[in-house]
Amino acid sequence: MFNASISPNDILFMLRGAGVTLLLTFWAVLGGTLLGVAFGLLRATAPGWPSYALGTLLDVFRSVPLLIQLILATAFAPIAGLDWQPFTVACLVLAVYASAYCTEIVRGSILAVPLSTRRAARSLGLTWWDDLTVIVFPIALRVGLPSWMNLALGLMKDSALVLWLGIIELLRSSQIVVTRTQEPLLVLMIAGTIYFLISFPIARLGTWFETRWQVHD
Amino acid sequence: MIEIEDVHKSFGLLEVIKGVTMNVARGEVVSVIGGSGSGKSTLLMCVNGLEPINSGRILVDGTVVHARETDLNKLRTKIGIVFQQWNAFPHLTVLENVMLAPRKVLGKSRQDAEAVAVERLTHVGLADKLKVYPSKLSGGQQQRMAIARALAMSPDYMLLDEVTSALDPQLVGEVLDTLRLLSSEGMTMIVVTHEIRFARDVSNRVAFFHQGRIHEIGPPEQVIGSPRQPETMAFLKSVL
Amino acid sequence: MLAGCIVTIEVAVLSIIIGIAFGVLLALARMGRKDVWSWVANAWIEVARNTPALFQIYLAYFGLGSLGLHISSFLALLAGITFNNAGYLAETFRGGLRAIPGTQIRAARSLGMTAGQGFRLVVLPQLIRVVYYPITNQMILAVLMTALGLTVGLDSDLAGVTQRFNVLTYRTFEYFSVAAVLYYLVAKILLAAARLLAFRLFRY
Repeated sequence: MFNASISPNDILFMLRGAGVTLLLTFWAVLGGTLLGVAFGLLRATAPGWPSYALGTLLDVFRSVPLLIQLILATAFAPIAGLDWQPFTVACLVLAVYASAYCTEIVRGSILAVPLSTRRAARSLGLTWWDDLTVIVFPIALRVGLPSWMNLALGLMKDSALVLWLGIIELLRSSQIVVTRTQEPLLVLMIAGTIYFLISFPIARLGTWFETRWQVHD
Repeated sequence: MIEIEDVHKSFGLLEVIKGVTMNVARGEVVSVIGGSGSGKSTLLMCVNGLEPINSGRILVDGTVVHARETDLNKLRTKIGIVFQQWNAFPHLTVLENVMLAPRKVLGKSRQDAEAVAVERLTHVGLADKLKVYPSKLSGGQQQRMAIARALAMSPDYMLLDEVTSALDPQLVGEVLDTLRLLSSEGMTMIVVTHEIRFARDVSNRVAFFHQGRIHEIGPPEQVIGSPRQPETMAFLKSVL
Repeated sequence: MLAGCIVTIEVAVLSIIIGIAFGVLLALARMGRKDVWSWVANAWIEVARNTPALFQIYLAYFGLGSLGLHISSFLALLAGITFNNAGYLAETFRGGLRAIPGTQIRAARSLGMTAGQGFRLVVLPQLIRVVYYPITNQMILAVLMTALGLTVGLDSDLAGVTQRFNVLTYRTFEYFSVAAVLYYLVAKILLAAARLLAFRLFRY
């Protein structure tokens, strides 16, 4: 075995993997947020059995390992006669998975707005819709944004699991480089650093939002 | 006897106590009145060593509170203190709150500690709340529990730091009644309070604090009845 | 596959217990004096929270291997999840300690308790309650993370056993559906047990 070292091409290859990771994250966050806001609104404003049923259903996605969900969806697509790329399946699974968490964030944030505040708004003559858009959403946004940012970061990290479907994202690309160079520790360190560089600043920003907005409460 | 000798105390650059001298004899009740931020509460914290001092000294029964060799934990068993925010231990029932320190600090048996705790709680009128958690009590009841908790250590002195300030007006009376009972039994007390009428009725002496100094000290008839200092007059006028 | 459930629960519970121990140490080190240990704690916590759990497991399995430290896939999975748990729990403990007001310690000291007694008798019982629910959440996450053992070739846990059957029969959808149901049940049973324990533990 000759001693192959890591070439600039390898790094480039891994950066392209990081790009795939970010692309996956983007679609998952986008889809998850859209679904999550809709579901969350439903859960918070329309109590009763549909809301409860939706909650139970979404809870399933939070109680089954994401990897199992990915495997199931990949196996299911051909059964249902769908000729989807692994990337499409991965995005869909991640988005639904994200929506399960996002729904609870949206619901919790809306319910965190004190009833007295809403009553005050309504007592000033604001309509139900005005109350929701002018009073509740801005307050709920402040409550929920840090959690939402954490969710986005969580998805970025969880997206590593799609390597099982053969998608070459950051972690899979580093594995390939490892196979070539036989330097697992070094290559993994580089991959870890890339993950860290993406995640850490955003995590810090989230904490900053959290503390900043607490002071003004 | 509590002897406070020319005590100075600063928080950073801010000097909150600027040379206070005051004695409290056994069996005496001294009320400390004055505006917020005048250093009265801080003085109480210094007396049982919860706060260090910058100069001067404080003696309790001849023991120098801030001396290095003083066993503060032992000293504190002689000095009960009750705070404005009663600081109930939320994870313990009323009875357990009161029993905790006698058992763990004085080393009493469960039976002994319980007997004392029940007795003290009965004294403050909480005999029917023994198994209840503090969160189920009103502020006045929690404050009386805090008084019983301090009394269960059988202290020689009680320091009371604005114990009625955080209470709803209708709950103030029950706590003051408890304090009246204590003073009638001869407990030595330093009472920091905003309740001028209470200070007049119960105290042997009243001290008026202003900007970190005692401006006037004497019997209540004098300090509250016919104050000599213009600051005292202005203060009394603003609160009465 | 039920035997696989046992292995899954085993890994999850072990990783939480060891994770709590390390989490406490990390939290204390991070809050303590600025020395080598606080630096190590900081690095551990930030790496655990800012990289994928799968990456952490890979690091234990392939990374340590290149240092000549070859560990089984079971140990690699356990180490990876424990590392992850400890990082998250450390922050939970740090936040929990902040949530208990300093006046509680002051009240304890004023009754003549030593600092140690005040912490043990007054702060600690309250801290346990504050961090209890975050810990149960982390335990459920640990259960879900155990499925990652698949990627390092673990074949004794629930996901691994399922994959073994799958390779033999190619009935992927059927077997993994059963696995999904079992994971759901394991998560719910553990959660119910934790709730029951909480009911006995916290009466205030």
